[in-house]
Amino acid sequence: MAKVKMSKKSTKIDMTAMCDVAFLLLSFFVMTSTAKIPEPLPVDTPASTRETKLPDTDLATITVGDKKVFFGIAGQDLRREALGIIAEKYSVTFTEEETKRFSLIDGFGVPVGNLKQLISLKGDERNKPGVQPGIPYDSLDNQLREWVLAARTAAKNAHQTELKIAIKGDAKEEYPTIKKVIDILQQQKVNKFFLVTGLRSEDF
Amino acid sequence: MAELNTGGGGGKKKGHVRSKKQDASVDLTAMVDLAFLLITFFMLTTSLSKPQSMNLAMPDKTEDQTEKPVIDVADDRTMTLLLGEKNQIVWYYGLPDSPIEGPTKVGYGKNGIRKELLEKEKTVLSKYGDPKKGLIVLIKASKKSTYRNLVDVLDEMAIAKVPTYAIVDITPEENAMLEKEGLYTK
Repeated sequence: MAKVKMSKKSTKIDMTAMCDVAFLLLSFFVMTSTAKIPEPLPVDTPASTRETKLPDTDLATITVGDKKVFFGIAGQDLRREALGIIAEKYSVTFTEEETKRFSLIDGFGVPVGNLKQLISLKGDERNKPGVQPGIPYDSLDNQLREWVLAARTAAKNAHQTELKIAIKGDAKEEYPTIKKVIDILQQQKVNKFFLVTGLRSEDF
Repeated sequence: MAELNTGGGGGKKKGHVRSKKQDASVDLTAMVDLAFLLITFFMLTTSLSKPQSMNLAMPDKTEDQTEKPVIDVADDRTMTLLLGEKNQIVWYYGLPDSPIEGPTKVGYGKNGIRKELLEKEKTVLSKYGDPKKGLIVLIKASKKSTYRNLVDVLDEMAIAKVPTYAIVDITPEENAMLEKEGLYTK
């Protein structure tokens, strides 16, 4: 009897190429994603339904939480420039090394007097809670105003653009503190800014 | 599923020692699975890490009063929200001395202030019949309100598509109004 033999086909596929592609993509995403930088003042931002993204460049962020105010500028060149303006204003001098180290700090919250000390600290020591007391922003010693002004001037000089300002407030922060910060900005005729928020659905 | 064949077992014939034939193919399924899992993880986290933001434009505070045009606004177009403590709002419609409606205490969210806003929007629209003359909302945050309250209210403005709104300083009369509702303590 002639038997028709079924040809046995292997169910195995060669996965080498697939594996290659997967790891290529994986390495791409690992390299392009930016690691989350520890913040000196962690805040819990309130949620909103709006999905506008924050711009990346020419942006200064004012972080408000626990009645303290921290300031951060995006871009190393702007940080250098702003530090120069502040140094001139408060007649302190920073060495080239200090300026370079400062340009790597994302956000800080110390009075100008303590800035040298902060710069000399190591990155992880800098972000320990309690190390940075916040930037003074009351009417007697309004350093926040000077910093905003310096950052705006720096953006004007370096990029010929108007600096965008974002306010990152803690959800539980009382309104008067936020109001004070907004007032400082409005005194400089900055009437438009971004409020940093989290994301939520419309159904709440 | 592991396919590392070592070819052991019935390989001996006539006492000859044959060199083992090794299969070099490794099963890559698990590895590919892992790789794709990580890809998904990195893809999702990168796009989500960029913070969301909300644009806010405050009214200009120019001191120059001489050039300021006087804007007359009908009282039946304005609604005022007073943000008090305990995450509650007091709202009134019309003038503070003789409100057309209110003051009423409501909460935040879908069943609270949003309902009122949408309702008032409809009332104003039917009264004026002109989309350019829509509802005006004044947001007045008291000292006891939090930043979350402010963002929540601004968010409601976006959801309800209120055409005109502004953040204004609260007056002592309105603080008293909040105090009466138990939402303000000095």
